[in-house]
Amino acid sequence: MPEELSSPGSSSSTATADSSASDAPVVQFEDVSIGFGGKPVLQEISFSVERGQTLVLLGPAGCGKSVLLKLANGLLKPDSGTIRVFGEDIDKLRRRELYALRARIGMVFQESALFDSLNVEDNVAYRLHEELLPEAEAHTRVVEALQFVELEAAIDKFPSELSGGMRRRVSIARAIISHPDLILYDSPTGGLDPITSTTIIELVMKQRDVWHTTSLVVTHRLQDAFLLATNRFDPATGGMKPLPKDGPGGGIDEGTKFLLLNEGKIVFHGTTEELVHSDDPWVKRYLE
Amino acid sequence: MPILSPDVFIKQQVASVQEYSILAGRAIADIFTRPRYWADIFTQMDSIGVGSMPIIIMSGFFTGCVLALQSVTALQEFGAVSMTGSLVSLSMVKELGPVLTGLMVSGRNAAGMASELGSMKVTEQIDAMRALGTDPIRKLVTPRLIATVFMLFFLTIIADAAGIAGGALVAVNMLGLNASSYLHSSYSSLVHGDIVQGLTKPIFSGFIIATVGCFFGMRTTGGTQGVGRATTQAVVVSSVFIIIVDFIVTRLMIGIFGS
Repeated sequence: MPEELSSPGSSSSTATADSSASDAPVVQFEDVSIGFGGKPVLQEISFSVERGQTLVLLGPAGCGKSVLLKLANGLLKPDSGTIRVFGEDIDKLRRRELYALRARIGMVFQESALFDSLNVEDNVAYRLHEELLPEAEAHTRVVEALQFVELEAAIDKFPSELSGGMRRRVSIARAIISHPDLILYDSPTGGLDPITSTTIIELVMKQRDVWHTTSLVVTHRLQDAFLLATNRFDPATGGMKPLPKDGPGGGIDEGTKFLLLNEGKIVFHGTTEELVHSDDPWVKRYLE
Repeated sequence: MPILSPDVFIKQQVASVQEYSILAGRAIADIFTRPRYWADIFTQMDSIGVGSMPIIIMSGFFTGCVLALQSVTALQEFGAVSMTGSLVSLSMVKELGPVLTGLMVSGRNAAGMASELGSMKVTEQIDAMRALGTDPIRKLVTPRLIATVFMLFFLTIIADAAGIAGGALVAVNMLGLNASSYLHSSYSSLVHGDIVQGLTKPIFSGFIIATVGCFFGMRTTGGTQGVGRATTQAVVVSSVFIIIVDFIVTRLMIGIFGS
């Protein structure tokens, strides 16, 4: 197996970091700032995401949500501040170590970013092929991942033959195939119709409730965010179901938190309850 | 296009040179470390090498034909028409074969690389590759670099042979020269230094084509318009670099082997 593409925890450095930082936040931003062409995009952003938590990033278009997600995956480097993922300062990692770390992270891109020269099977199996997994085993896992997103019939199709919603589901299958410890969803419902959006949110919820994967979900759709916060995946029906009002969170998923950004700054970070009862005028206006 | 102040313009150019150097350096370094993407290397060899054969043979052949036709007028004045083979072979092997092949492959493949990688860049496929734990330089640039340098070497030999054959066709059928004397003159005029010079150039040209094509592809921004711009820039810059480096290598080789 290639050194830089080794499976989670197989490299000594990752294993050490993993054991020493098992209680540390999965993602931690400390005073992170970044700008492009002299224009600040994110300014002194600090927050953390605990293991198993889902952090929903909300905010108007162009406020830096996607940039924040790319920073968390090391696809962009901050101008200042520290970003720790699984306890590792990603700015200090060498190229190989960063690629090894990314093997533990799944990412769903805004426009799916499927490899257009590969069919669905090869797209989903991309990471497995890189890890030189035997073809038969890779195929089995691809079928499992496609079953998870209910798209096994499209296994031989090419991205150009798929609808926007189907592409997004393939992108989710590609992100979850290696059972990552962290998933980053960049506007998974962006540009989709309401019914397809709900299907995608159900998949995000399914991943959260079945695998308890830590996730960062960027969205500008409030309804998606509140669906995630107030519903759970129901294995019996294969769909979502409202959380019981008499349950532990009073009808709200306790592991789902919110982070609101505006003009590159955090305007709110907290629970669903705190968000809906926030006195901040901007937050109130945004929620309306 | 906004007008930039000289200091901003210079800073941008210096940054571009720095980015290009880093990309080229990493692409070279990745040749010597694992993992190596052999399947991608062979695919690129097929695309760059086998795919470029028809244009290389055609351009080499007709360049040889034209060389023979053009040179005979001058040679006739000195009563040296029999030297046509020598002139064609020396011109093809030392200069025209390597440069023409470099320029033709640049037009075909630097453009192809820039547009392919540029499209991947603007559709976030390169970011997706990085997010999936794959180094895009190792996966996309290094195989193209190896394939271009390796195949350009052999394409140049084919272009040289096609050019000499084209010259032979014209010399024998249109100028009435003896085929045996043409080929003998072609062969005997070439010395070791000429061959080394002719086959050193494609190594540099191949490096330029692959790294410049990939560089402009990997830094593409601005959607489909940006892809078009990157493609044009890749062809223009790689073609100019090939001619500049051709001059430098020629001077170096003259220094080593003499004229």
